[in-house]
Amino acid sequence: MSVFIAKRVLTLLATLIGASIVIFLVMEILPGDPALVILGVDASDEAVRALTIELGLDRPPLERYWDWMTGILTGELGNSYAYKVPVWELVEGALLITIPLALMSITLSIVLALSIGLYAAANHNKAGDITLMGISQLGISVPNFWLAILLIILFAIELRWLPAGGFPGWKEGFWVCLKALLLPSLALATVVGAILARITRSSVLEVFREDYVRTARAKGLSQQATLWRHVLRNALIPVLTVTGIQFSALLTGTVVVENVFHIPGLGSLVLKAINNRDTIVVENVVLLLATMIIVVNFVVDILYAVIDPRLKAHDI
Amino acid sequence: MSLLSVKNLSVILATNDGPARAVRNLNFRLNRGETLGIVGESGCGKSMAALALMGLLPERSETEGEITLDGENLLEKSDAEMCRIRGNRLAMIFQEPMTSLNPVHTVGNQIMEPLQLHRNMSDSDARAETLRLLDRVGIPNPKARIDNYPHQLSGGQRQRVMIAIALSCQPDILIADEPTTALDVTIQDQILELIQTLVREEGMSLILISHDLGVISENTDNILVMYGGAAVEMGSTAQIFDELIHPYTQGLFAAMPKLGRARARRLVTIPGTVPDLISLPAGCTFTDRCPLATDICRNTVPPNVEVKAKHFVACHHLDEARHRKTEELFS
Repeated sequence: MSVFIAKRVLTLLATLIGASIVIFLVMEILPGDPALVILGVDASDEAVRALTIELGLDRPPLERYWDWMTGILTGELGNSYAYKVPVWELVEGALLITIPLALMSITLSIVLALSIGLYAAANHNKAGDITLMGISQLGISVPNFWLAILLIILFAIELRWLPAGGFPGWKEGFWVCLKALLLPSLALATVVGAILARITRSSVLEVFREDYVRTARAKGLSQQATLWRHVLRNALIPVLTVTGIQFSALLTGTVVVENVFHIPGLGSLVLKAINNRDTIVVENVVLLLATMIIVVNFVVDILYAVIDPRLKAHDI
Repeated sequence: MSLLSVKNLSVILATNDGPARAVRNLNFRLNRGETLGIVGESGCGKSMAALALMGLLPERSETEGEITLDGENLLEKSDAEMCRIRGNRLAMIFQEPMTSLNPVHTVGNQIMEPLQLHRNMSDSDARAETLRLLDRVGIPNPKARIDNYPHQLSGGQRQRVMIAIALSCQPDILIADEPTTALDVTIQDQILELIQTLVREEGMSLILISHDLGVISENTDNILVMYGGAAVEMGSTAQIFDELIHPYTQGLFAAMPKLGRARARRLVTIPGTVPDLISLPAGCTFTDRCPLATDICRNTVPPNVEVKAKHFVACHHLDEARHRKTEELFS
């Protein structure tokens, strides 16, 4: 196991360095001069040049890349060109919203998916299965921002149970913040949960056809005991794969839903930074997103090996 | 009273092309300590008959007739009741040792499962018993092997583990469905010998299913020959090999390559292919491939005639089948 993890950690580091190079290169060729955007189109050439030097953008790319990397290692990310505050300050605030939101959404999705998927598989082709699969098809098809609006109308405007949007900040208390994140995470979890439910169902049905399930039944295990002891763990592998992909998407791709609920997450931050040519924020946030995705994949890889002992053997 | 008696057992599978009679009116008895071989080509219904005994037929299937174990009809039992019989009084070994064990559990845990289920053993007792069973089925160094996963074992060893699982609760009847077909020839004999020894020493009854007449002849007291879901010939192994009567049995035997036979002689083949279970004739299932077939064969089910003491053959043309040589029949 330790060899397996060590190998994975090395891959993770290599991928991170690769990602940072790609991000840096893309930012280099991105059109638009940060100094010009900050000063406005009417600015004089001297002023633009002066700011370029001040921002250090006149130095050779390799030097700037090296500074960026050493900055990350020492925790010095520099200041945002647009807001004149440390980049980390902006990122920290957004992270404290996006990560809890993504975690809440994925947890809700998994709970939804496992209960719906297992119930549907256990009642294969019966009324319950067909109804649930119909609903999940609907869940996949509905755009999440539209669902978000419906949820606001129902829970915030009609029932007045939950806030319609905004985020009070964690200083205001855990439950208030949780309440603020509940509707957005529900909007996100519906689609993800529906996809995962269908995958859970088909995966469980497929494993039920395996020879070792027949062996389990031949030992005298009931259908239910067979499902829990022999089917579920084997059926989890494809579910885990898609959960990893969906979780990555939740970390990076929640801009639209964040906007509907007016919550300043990472997605909104990076969008604003791109518009402002705030390249220093963009490259740091994108690298952070890449890191999170790589870490999610790393965790998924480890979980694979925990679930299926054969994977460890193949890797060592 | 026989330990197991099967009366008029039929299994009807619902397929997309309509109902298929995988087993038709099967009758046999099995006494305690007896071994029965069921032989036939693939698709002849022998596995379906075995699964019917275990109550593990596919969902879309119907069963008719009676399967009586110690006077109790298994077909009338609920699934919960069958769960107490499966693995406990009836145990089964399957054809594919490579896929019959769960890849994510250790072999030890998989052997312990029936012990804890039927014998209510504690973890430590079940583990001790598992070590004994692993040793019993000839796995070297059980202490090291008990925590192995199936992929760390060879095919032969996995089949030994399957045998240990089947054996764990000392069942009355062991059903072995092609237990050696997927194994190397060198391993086949070892596994069959192991099954033989265990069955004898534990006093179990054995139902050995195979397409290989050689395997059946060496390992069983009685033989049941199946074709197209129906029993065509049944009797003691000695009697049947003394005189093969049904044209199908003769063809099956003649199609078997034998060592020492003159090289120039070609193997006999039975013309045609294994029948489609949906479109079988109403009468004798072998009609379409039988050299002796006439109109009566197609439409009327042949009676099960006791040719000699306890040697039954279901054929309309018994005399002709008995008096013509196999080579003549299939030339």
